[in-house]
Amino acid sequence: MAYLTTHPDVVPIISSRFGKGATSIDKYIELDGYAAVRKAIEMGPEAIIAEMKASNLRGRGGAGFPTGMKWSFVPKQSEKPKYILVNGDESEPATCKDRLIFEHDPHSVIEGVIIAGLAVGAKMGFIYLRGEYRYLLKIMEKAIDEAYAKGFLGKNIFGSGIEFEAVSHTGAGAYEVGEESALMESLEGKRGIPRIRPPFPAVVGLYGGPTVINNAETLATVPHIIRMGGAEYAKIGTERNGGTRLFCLSGHLEKPGVYELPMGYNLKKMIYDVGGGIPGGRKLKAVVPGGSSTPILTADEIDIGMDFDQVGKAGSMLGSGGVVALDETVCMVEFALRTMKFYQHESCGWCIPCREGTDWLKKSLTRLHAGGGVDKDIDNIRYLAENMLGRTFCPLGDAAAMPTIAFVKKFRKEFEDHLDGKGCPYHHSLEHEAVLA
Amino acid sequence: MATQTTIFSPELAARFDKLVTLYPLRRSALIPMLLYAQDEIGYISPEVIAEVAQRVGIQENDVVSVLSYYSLLHTKPAGKFNVQVCTNICCMLRGGNELFAHCSKRLGIGHKGTTPDGVFSLEEVECIGACSWAPAVQINYDFHENLTPDSMDKILDEYREKAGK
Repeated sequence: MAYLTTHPDVVPIISSRFGKGATSIDKYIELDGYAAVRKAIEMGPEAIIAEMKASNLRGRGGAGFPTGMKWSFVPKQSEKPKYILVNGDESEPATCKDRLIFEHDPHSVIEGVIIAGLAVGAKMGFIYLRGEYRYLLKIMEKAIDEAYAKGFLGKNIFGSGIEFEAVSHTGAGAYEVGEESALMESLEGKRGIPRIRPPFPAVVGLYGGPTVINNAETLATVPHIIRMGGAEYAKIGTERNGGTRLFCLSGHLEKPGVYELPMGYNLKKMIYDVGGGIPGGRKLKAVVPGGSSTPILTADEIDIGMDFDQVGKAGSMLGSGGVVALDETVCMVEFALRTMKFYQHESCGWCIPCREGTDWLKKSLTRLHAGGGVDKDIDNIRYLAENMLGRTFCPLGDAAAMPTIAFVKKFRKEFEDHLDGKGCPYHHSLEHEAVLA
Repeated sequence: MATQTTIFSPELAARFDKLVTLYPLRRSALIPMLLYAQDEIGYISPEVIAEVAQRVGIQENDVVSVLSYYSLLHTKPAGKFNVQVCTNICCMLRGGNELFAHCSKRLGIGHKGTTPDGVFSLEEVECIGACSWAPAVQINYDFHENLTPDSMDKILDEYREKAGK
């Protein structure tokens, strides 16, 4: 049901097997599948990590941490078993890319997990999918069964004498569980509450053992890197930002869709060319560049390359690759409110700045949007958000605060326009706004 | 485990017997078990909680604590078809709120309501991962995307037909 959209600038690497029946293991093998893991067995751990470092692959979940470096943090010797954990709890609003990978190329995830296991000396991997992705869990379960039947998973993978087990797992609805430490808690059968760090998962993770946690897209990319070589892969992207990624274009666009584009692709071109521009001849007002937690960019700020460093320099984040276009009809206060409602709903409640902060921000934004706000509200909203930054156990607090600060800073006039007591000047209705409260 | 009395079907009971052995700790099977149990029984009843607690080897109140955290798990029966309308940002920009209002009017129920015949329940939900194909709705586990009020009506009609009412 989820599909890739084409464009002449698309560079198919992760998506190279999409739509080709690669959910079947025989087809996957025919399309060079499981060749990379055989190569990786020959290479050994150090050479695998060296290739990963050379590839300049950075985590596709949002933080953009170099994958090779993350793997190298896992201690070589460990009394407790080591684990690989695939984060397929894709929940950041505007992000719908891992869905395509699970649907079209599940074996690439399995292959990536095995290679990660070889690199760090783990013998077991878990593939955690969000609960809403039930149809994908079935695809993944079948793929794992097929891999066991071929001897690609089990006590003696590919006849190498190496053991590797893989288990698919379902969540049951929680954004917070996409955070790495909450993900481990959830997999251990608990509430998705973040753990304090240090120790980091690479040292003390799942069941107390050293754990590599990578986003599904990151791991699906790994076999391609091993196959083509890290240096070749790095050539595709920009400096320190290797390869391609799946960008999810959504919102007010003629051609929304998921496109695989090189890292560093120009955002303006992404909106106007790849995404087909804004419908109805309307003007672009702003763009959310990397999922709902990334600070918004105004229409004048989008002539930038989409890699972690360039978007960071522009004051936002590349995040999870969810690009949302907002046209001139959007009320930024309503947009800020809807964003905050989400974070308030998803805050796990474990630490106070996030639990209370998101709740008060939602209340303030609700009042302001409804026309009941006072002057002080606007500064208070910014003040509250600024005081959440860096003061929470996990990044959810920042994820709620960062975009809020940007909304107020960049669209203050729209906030002020709501102060005349007449309600929203954009006449958008949130008739059911009590819902989700 | 195999000999105990169970409230689940033999297939599901067998699946649970296996599930708890897949992980280094039995408790890891808890959340999938609750979800699969809900799929079969309709909701997380006190009986489900009791049996799952026993299978995993933890206290019932521990199960309740966990299940209250996860938004897909319900302790009250929902409709046969749970219509989950996403109104998060990407869907909102493309008519998600209007779609929710339309469903609400058409079904005559609000958020977390159930139709008197028990066929439909309605829920406004957070992002379901269909952002590039917005607005989107999930009915039970099935995705329906790029919707309009008209196409939504057709889908609801099909489900009603499926229910035979």
